[in-house]
Amino acid sequence: MNISQDEFKNISLHVNGVERVLAIEPRLSLLDALRDHLGLPGTKKGCNQGACGACTVLVDGERINSCLALAIQYQGREIVTIEGLAPSGVLHAMQQAFIEHDGFQCGYCTPGQICSALGMLNEFRNGVPSAVTPNSGVSTELTDAELRERMSGNLCRCGAYVGIRDAIHQVYRATAP
Amino acid sequence: MNNFTYSTATDTRSALKLFSESPDRKARFLAGGTNLIDLMREGIEQPRSLVDITRVPLAEVQELPGGDLRVGAMVRNSHLAAHALVREKYPLLSQAILMGASAQLRNMATTGGNLMQRTRCYYFYDGAAACNKRVPGSGCDAIEGFNRIHAILGTSPKCIATHPSDMCVALAALDANVNITGPSGDRRLAFTDFHRLPGDTPEIDTNLQPGELITSVDLPASSSGLPSAYRKVRDRASYAFALVSVAAALKVEDGIIREVRLALGGVSHKPWRASVAEDLLRGKAPTPDNFARAAAAELAPAIPRRGNTFKVELGKRTIALVLSDLAAVQGAER
Repeated sequence: MNISQDEFKNISLHVNGVERVLAIEPRLSLLDALRDHLGLPGTKKGCNQGACGACTVLVDGERINSCLALAIQYQGREIVTIEGLAPSGVLHAMQQAFIEHDGFQCGYCTPGQICSALGMLNEFRNGVPSAVTPNSGVSTELTDAELRERMSGNLCRCGAYVGIRDAIHQVYRATAP
Repeated sequence: MNNFTYSTATDTRSALKLFSESPDRKARFLAGGTNLIDLMREGIEQPRSLVDITRVPLAEVQELPGGDLRVGAMVRNSHLAAHALVREKYPLLSQAILMGASAQLRNMATTGGNLMQRTRCYYFYDGAAACNKRVPGSGCDAIEGFNRIHAILGTSPKCIATHPSDMCVALAALDANVNITGPSGDRRLAFTDFHRLPGDTPEIDTNLQPGELITSVDLPASSSGLPSAYRKVRDRASYAFALVSVAAALKVEDGIIREVRLALGGVSHKPWRASVAEDLLRGKAPTPDNFARAAAAELAPAIPRRGNTFKVELGKRTIALVLSDLAAVQGAER
């Protein structure tokens, strides 16, 4: 793949289970591609510099900041946004838990929080350590300390952290193997 | 963000070729993008071409015949921190990585890219400020400005920026080596020779030459299994850059320090290997007095500024605390 400056080129992105083709300049971020080109404004632009986590999406099951990703780099990858969690209109368990626990006030950080929480639970269950995990072995229980450390990449300026924490704990317990 | 030509490399050879074909031979290699894309959006970096190296097959962690561990340049930070061999042999590295950035960023950022991070100095990021690193010869607004986060060791009158990485502080303590390929062949640099002090040319962060590419980082077998710890002091408990960080390994036998490795983050333009303190401690008893004396000697040449005088004492205390803890877990402190 080679794109010259000021040239638009068709690329294809696999988003929420659907192959989408879009004409882009190489400088287009994945975040702007989702919001402005693919009609998926659920993913939010907060700081646009990788500091707030509002733009978090899942790529091949791993959470990333879509604002620091160039769309062109993510061809052939499986991208899931907040819109992909409830394709038939039935809320995902994590979305339902955020409602039940008041896991938001203004709601702007929520799509990023939810995608991040799902990526986090995958990481935790795959034995990925965090800064508070004991050096040897794995954490077997998602303690508050583990949850807070692992979700620190998502800021909520309303301060709904307690509800967010409770929502994630609930989904974690409900999906225990 | 200015526009640019984008091309993808499939192996190191094509990466070097694409660089050499770039219009001004100033292409930048793009990996995780967590720092470069941000700098480009802010207009601090304005490359006319990017060579995407994320498909270059350098994402393996492999044990070498001699026992060293080779970490490919494209290994993601999160994968490296979670790797079973790293956690078993070099827990210091795993800890340091996990204390940096956020989970999202660690899922994107690569080993090579972590080494190539640029400073988080506010004045470097502010196009309206004087910054010798951004515009050589323009001055340094940090020296008389808000410099709470800035360097105290190895500074120059031109620049007091710090290197922001946690991972690199551990690599400096572990005697890692950096493998590089380039137009004139392959070479290898000791990790502590990779980054530079600012001197008269703060615009040059590393000793990597134009067109050269990091291929891997080697962790020596001799650093494997040492009792070690990474301690990071910062303004909040998670997801913040270090004010001061300490990477330490300490081996005590028969009441004597047999091996000590010490590196500091948040205090210098490069990960600061504390060899003055190490030399004072090797062969000595692991006592609080000896730790405090060694820490004081390491920090003696510090030049603090108005906003960061606290870093001198913080550095001394953090060094002494980490070493004391490592001695205590070996039942060696008396």
